[in-house]
Amino acid sequence: MRYIPNSPEERAEMLKTVGLNSAEELFDSIPAELRLSAPLKTPPAISEMELLAGFEEMAARNLAARRPSFLGAGAYSHYSPTVVDHLISRSEFFTAYTPYQPEISQGTLQAIFEFQTLVCQLTGMDVANASMYDGSTALAEAVLMAERVTRRKKVITSASVHPEYLEVVDTYVQHYGIDFKRVDYDAASGLISEEGLHALDDQTAALVIQSPNFFGCIEDVRALAERAHSVGALLIVAVTESISFGLLRSPGACEADIVVAEGQSFGVPASFGGPYVGLFATRDRFARQIPGRLVGEAFDKEGRRGFVLTLATREQHIRREKATSNICTNEGLIALAATVYMETMGREGLREVATQCAQKAAYTARRINELEGFSLPFNAPRFNEFVVRAPVEAKGLLSRLASEKNITGGLALSRYFKDRPNDFLVCVTETNSRKEIDALVDGLKGLTT
Amino acid sequence: MANVPEDLHYSKDHEWIKVEGDVGTIGITDYAQNSLGDVVYVELPKVGDKFEAHESFGSVESVKAVSEIFTPVGGEIIEVNESLQDEAEKVNTDPYGDAWMIRIRMSHPGEVDSLLNAAEYEDFTKAEEE
Repeated sequence: MRYIPNSPEERAEMLKTVGLNSAEELFDSIPAELRLSAPLKTPPAISEMELLAGFEEMAARNLAARRPSFLGAGAYSHYSPTVVDHLISRSEFFTAYTPYQPEISQGTLQAIFEFQTLVCQLTGMDVANASMYDGSTALAEAVLMAERVTRRKKVITSASVHPEYLEVVDTYVQHYGIDFKRVDYDAASGLISEEGLHALDDQTAALVIQSPNFFGCIEDVRALAERAHSVGALLIVAVTESISFGLLRSPGACEADIVVAEGQSFGVPASFGGPYVGLFATRDRFARQIPGRLVGEAFDKEGRRGFVLTLATREQHIRREKATSNICTNEGLIALAATVYMETMGREGLREVATQCAQKAAYTARRINELEGFSLPFNAPRFNEFVVRAPVEAKGLLSRLASEKNITGGLALSRYFKDRPNDFLVCVTETNSRKEIDALVDGLKGLTT
Repeated sequence: MANVPEDLHYSKDHEWIKVEGDVGTIGITDYAQNSLGDVVYVELPKVGDKFEAHESFGSVESVKAVSEIFTPVGGEIIEVNESLQDEAEKVNTDPYGDAWMIRIRMSHPGEVDSLLNAAEYEDFTKAEEE
């Protein structure tokens, strides 16, 4: 449905119908001293030419955007086929408001239904929602859902889950009386530790893991599912790099109960503050406990296939405090971008991207590991991210790599892990050429010898 | 005309309770199921959950709305009618029989005395309709 703002004539007609002279009168109930009487302090209007020149000048100051980059850690540089932007820019989709009324929105609803179908196929789960704000809030919603399903208050997670995801979950659960407990990762493998798993007991609602985890290490999801299920807890799997679905066994096939993911890798630019899109999928038997919107398939009275919001009684506009979540929307446009990306790439294309990422990352890791003084501290299998230990403090090294070699080399782990001053996280995607990778390796070598 | 069996006690929230010793069997009334329309889902508590009188112990979802269901007496859940998970429509066809919802061990059996009898409940529903 196109969004068409109303005309001055239509506004005048509406005001006349309700018996008012101006739109200002609609605000009469707000005390005069609370209303802004002065004009907003905005600079005077400028021409389109000046505006574009101003923005281009500002964009040119963002040097990092044009450097070869090996930064991942939750936001990933992938190639987005031009058809993605082309299709999401169509006016039927490109509006600030996603209309859900089936009478006028079959296109939007069908796109969301396809998105849900693709998310189910990708994660190996039965049912997916229409999307959430981003991967971290999807994880928080999964934790709340596990509490509803199990009626238990303890949730175990590993310090190898993205630290910012953990902070978001802390924020969500702080007033629910949920004990969100972090256990250690194993210093040799980078995976959740065996000792940590001893925290699982019959009061545990869920075990939360990320795989590939924050260090890029691939957890043994099937074994962890067994451990969680043995005490009656759910296994929640978070994925920040959704391209990994193209290569790794799906969490659903490994018996996960809830799978959440950040969908930014699917055709959405890596930008500070988003907008991103969260994927959320689970088992049929938990469908009533899912947060957020769900689009279902239905048939009209003439038997024609159509789409409509379904199981809406979970939502806050119907059930208020008994709702499964305070989200009552989805990331419509970004979910559409992810849908177009997935459908353009297809099963084969996604596997090809994932394979390139894994192979280029393996090459990069091997080359860096051969450098004098450098090592790879974790020995678990990895996908496209890995931790490097430098012979010097990583933060300074990466800063010199940027200023002297014009390469963004990754993320210094000291930002989140004070005990890892020399470690940094490197991410390699299909967008990194062999030339860039070799320049990274040479740069690291040059700055440490 | 709604069916109101003589041997049950009733709440103003339209639940019935059948008392046997200190155990009460609870469901929703014929009048309630009729007002709700086709029931599609029943959400019930777990065995061992404890409730005070008039507390919500679950919900009934019909094609029209979701309604909370309240226990007329306090106590501990000792049995839940699991068959309603798959056959919620029984609430419409047999509200006083197959569609019982929970059995509760009453903490204060005296609470039953404050409930309505069949004749009082019938008057109550008539008054609600007017």
